[in-house]
Amino acid sequence: MPELTPSQTVGPYLRLGLDWGADGTAVVPAGTPGSVRITGIVTDGTGGPVTDGLVETWQADPDGRFAHPEGGGSDFRGFGRSCTDGEGRWEITTLLPGALPDQAPHLDVSVFARGLLDRVVTRIYLPDHPANATDPVLALVPAERRSTLIAQRVSETEYRFDIRLQGADETVFLDV
Amino acid sequence: MTTAQQPQYLRPRDTHPPLDSPGYRSTGIRHPGQAPIVVPQRLTEVTGPLLHGPIGPNDHDLTRQHAEEPQGQRIIVTGRVLDSDGRPVPDTLVEVWQANAAGRYAHKADDWAAPLDPNFTGGGRVLTDSLGEYSFTTVKPGAYPWGNHHNAWRPAHIHFSLFGQAFTQRLVTQMYFPDDPLFAYDPIFNSVPAEARHRMVSTFDMDATQPAWAPAYRWDIVLRGRDQSVFEEPHA
Repeated sequence: MPELTPSQTVGPYLRLGLDWGADGTAVVPAGTPGSVRITGIVTDGTGGPVTDGLVETWQADPDGRFAHPEGGGSDFRGFGRSCTDGEGRWEITTLLPGALPDQAPHLDVSVFARGLLDRVVTRIYLPDHPANATDPVLALVPAERRSTLIAQRVSETEYRFDIRLQGADETVFLDV
Repeated sequence: MTTAQQPQYLRPRDTHPPLDSPGYRSTGIRHPGQAPIVVPQRLTEVTGPLLHGPIGPNDHDLTRQHAEEPQGQRIIVTGRVLDSDGRPVPDTLVEVWQANAAGRYAHKADDWAAPLDPNFTGGGRVLTDSLGEYSFTTVKPGAYPWGNHHNAWRPAHIHFSLFGQAFTQRLVTQMYFPDDPLFAYDPIFNSVPAEARHRMVSTFDMDATQPAWAPAYRWDIVLRGRDQSVFEEPHA
């Protein structure tokens, strides 16, 4: 059987290949009814911004269906991609995901950067959602670290999700 | 829907580099200090974006994105995307980026003293065909120095980004060229377990080489396959 190809870093010049600009950050076009902005900062172990990173998101639509034949065949793209800017900030505009049969609403997240030899994976959960209490992935995370996976509500249409690669309050990363 | 009913993708072993790889200095303040929490794959992980773009008209030919042809050796890079079960991965987006023939990236942060080429940007995109085959035309990138350690040089490489058909299959990697003398000195190449490094190295391909036009390099990319045994588990 063929052997798995190893991962390598995106390096510092990832924008040459992976920057989709506004098409990447617009999971849905700005102004779409019900759309929200999710934004945050990626930081390193010194608390400094990661200015050459990439954040990608993958999620269900508001009805809990994915744009994939094994996930309900939604026509909602469900995929977002944002290069971090000079302040380490990433952002997407999207619709909030619906709950899945056995899970709280969430977005899967990949983070790539110079200095990361493989992506790191995390999840964004919504604040104060009743299903968080029974979510099987959150249940595997030590209670004192769970807050790193839960977005903060800034307003009705904006959420904040920071990603700390290393150090105190390091984001919980998942091996999927 | 139970986890056991969903296909599970095999977990990599002895393949990917450790995130904490001190030889590559940039990992120092960027690698997580805590081990990742192992979670079963659920619907979000076994699905993934099946993107067919964005792809522009000359994204498959990096030598035709400007008014004239770029400097350097024109090459064809071709291969197959498959999974570790041997199945081709059709219709999947492959994104590439690279330095020019002099080893300079068309990026404002790259300021080393090699010439930029006004006819080369270095970004490309293709979709695999129904057999998982991809092909693009470019110029052979040059090696370049970097600040990791004294007299550090990156072996020539092309960055590749792949989606596959599930979130678990997402892969970003680098393709190298055969017999590069810089392999022995490169901490990024050598961050990978020794027995897996050769999988990142393309081979010269005479069959795909086009007469009086361009030599070809072949590189197959293998994404995580499915653990077939999971399908056979009885519903618990």
